[in-house]
Amino acid sequence: MTAAAEVYAPTLGALSALTGKATHYCAGCEHGTLTRLIAKAIDELGIRERTVMVSSVGCSVLAHEYLNVDAVQAPHGRAPAVMAGIKRVRPDLVTFAVQGDGDAVSIGLLELLNAANRGEPITVFLVNNAIYGMTGGQMAPTTPSGMVTTTTPAGRDPVATGPPIDATKLVASFERPAYVKRVFLPIRPTPAARVYNARGALEGARSVRHAFEVQERGGFAFVEFVSTCSVNWKLGILDAKRYAAEALEPLFPAGLVRDRFGVEGR
Amino acid sequence: MTEERAFLKGNEALAYGALRTGLNAYFAYPITPSSEIPETLAAEWGRPEYPAFKVFLQAASELEAISMVIGAAATGAKAMTATSGPGFSLKQEGLSYAAGMELPMLVVDVNRAGPGLGNLGPEQTDYFQATRGGGHGGYPTVVLAPASVPEMASFPALGFDLAFRYRTPVVLLADAFLGQLKEDLSFPDVPAPTYDVSWAATGARGDERHVLSSLNLELMDQSRHSHHLLDKRLRIAEQEPRAEEVDTDDAEVVLVAYGICARLARRAVRLLRSRSVRAGLFRPITLAPFPARRLRGLLEAGRRKFLVVELNAGQMVEDVRLAVEGGAEVRSVGEMGGLLPSSLDLVRAGEAMAR
Repeated sequence: MTAAAEVYAPTLGALSALTGKATHYCAGCEHGTLTRLIAKAIDELGIRERTVMVSSVGCSVLAHEYLNVDAVQAPHGRAPAVMAGIKRVRPDLVTFAVQGDGDAVSIGLLELLNAANRGEPITVFLVNNAIYGMTGGQMAPTTPSGMVTTTTPAGRDPVATGPPIDATKLVASFERPAYVKRVFLPIRPTPAARVYNARGALEGARSVRHAFEVQERGGFAFVEFVSTCSVNWKLGILDAKRYAAEALEPLFPAGLVRDRFGVEGR
Repeated sequence: MTEERAFLKGNEALAYGALRTGLNAYFAYPITPSSEIPETLAAEWGRPEYPAFKVFLQAASELEAISMVIGAAATGAKAMTATSGPGFSLKQEGLSYAAGMELPMLVVDVNRAGPGLGNLGPEQTDYFQATRGGGHGGYPTVVLAPASVPEMASFPALGFDLAFRYRTPVVLLADAFLGQLKEDLSFPDVPAPTYDVSWAATGARGDERHVLSSLNLELMDQSRHSHHLLDKRLRIAEQEPRAEEVDTDDAEVVLVAYGICARLARRAVRLLRSRSVRAGLFRPITLAPFPARRLRGLLEAGRRKFLVVELNAGQMVEDVRLAVEGGAEVRSVGEMGGLLPSSLDLVRAGEAMAR
């Protein structure tokens, strides 16, 4: 074991919903943060033994290696449909998926929106880092106009490829979803260089828990986490956090869009 | 369930057959000529006669429907969907994942005519797609071919039995004719069987987790998994091929046909015999695994001429040729476009071969 693993292993192992296995996520990636937040919520709610996660395709494809729950693999983009199949047959179970922007908003938009429209009692966590991470940095449906990716080497041209898609707005356009929220997850570097604001992670932790509570009350819960991908953005970790605040946050503003059961107020 | 007689379309019979064998969940996307299956199930959903039938849901697409089947099957439920050609193409994605995760399920293809949209007439052009594993990655499928409305009713039970015993998706390959044909049938008084589903993902108890995934990033892990699937395919090929034979004992020409063509061939065999041609019928019931050893047995018993009748440009004929390994004369006759060959067409082809 390396020194770093010795430091982190006891903390990771302390949650029964974590396997304790070190993640493959890149340094600074919010997928790792979210994995921890989900495990924390599962433990707090005591739902581990009746939770079935659905693995999506993308950077979170291996999330079942880290989360100590039962898991089913979905074809690319189809996680909401697989969750609907699980939940319709076994309403007593809790099911969720961590989907990337490519999985949920591109190839799987039909599955996401139709599950939302039916108000399936499932939980979708969308990690929106504005790029295809797993495949190496291609344009995503949420890529901002002008952003350079491997498939938009001159920057995304909205005339040719359309402007970025606002998934939270789309989901909220339906009547049935009970909980719709967008959280800005990255830490915020402040002008005083060595101080970081982790309010996003705290807000994220609450939102994950609420999203499960809403499912338990029979509602469709959707939380979009605006995130970074420093490796494929080709930025340093802190520069990526700054870029997220400057370029993504205005496009995808954080906020609670719907809370039908009033879980936030309790 | 109690014994019952009925007069039903093939598609309706299939729906009732599934209900009587304990169907838990059906995920629908309508497509002609298979739509009576979801329509029948939608009408029966919630009726006290079928307490196991908990879920009927119309999906927004064929992809969504098969993915819902994946979710339901992953919990150990008896789950099913039905479609026809264009929809069957879309089902291939889910079938590949289901095969990789070893999920039992029943997928029905009521074969219609032509590539693309084609038309609504019967064809057997999806034979390759069904039997070869039409999705990516190379995987075994079990394919059953009913040839009558009573078999449309009884094959869901057989299909689920194979699906659960081997943990594999099963395809029931019918055609537009069988789906729309109306016949008299009797449902037997057989209880719905239950199967071991201790592998299902229904929540981790203590340290025991159920992870159903087709992802194996380590090459050795994937190799092991692929060999495991191959072993299963070989075990099924050893134990489960099914075929029916009619008058093959002394046949100089053996007609080989499945589904609706087997009915035409059966009549042609009678006509050929009335014209002093000793004809017989070999009818594969499992198209995959193909009953190759049994066909080979006919060759070894002296049968030297095989006439394959199918509604395509010649697909099953390749399996027949593989089975006889050049040891017999194999010819092909059939029709396409939604048309059926006439009995006379088959008699002429049989006579020409016997000469």
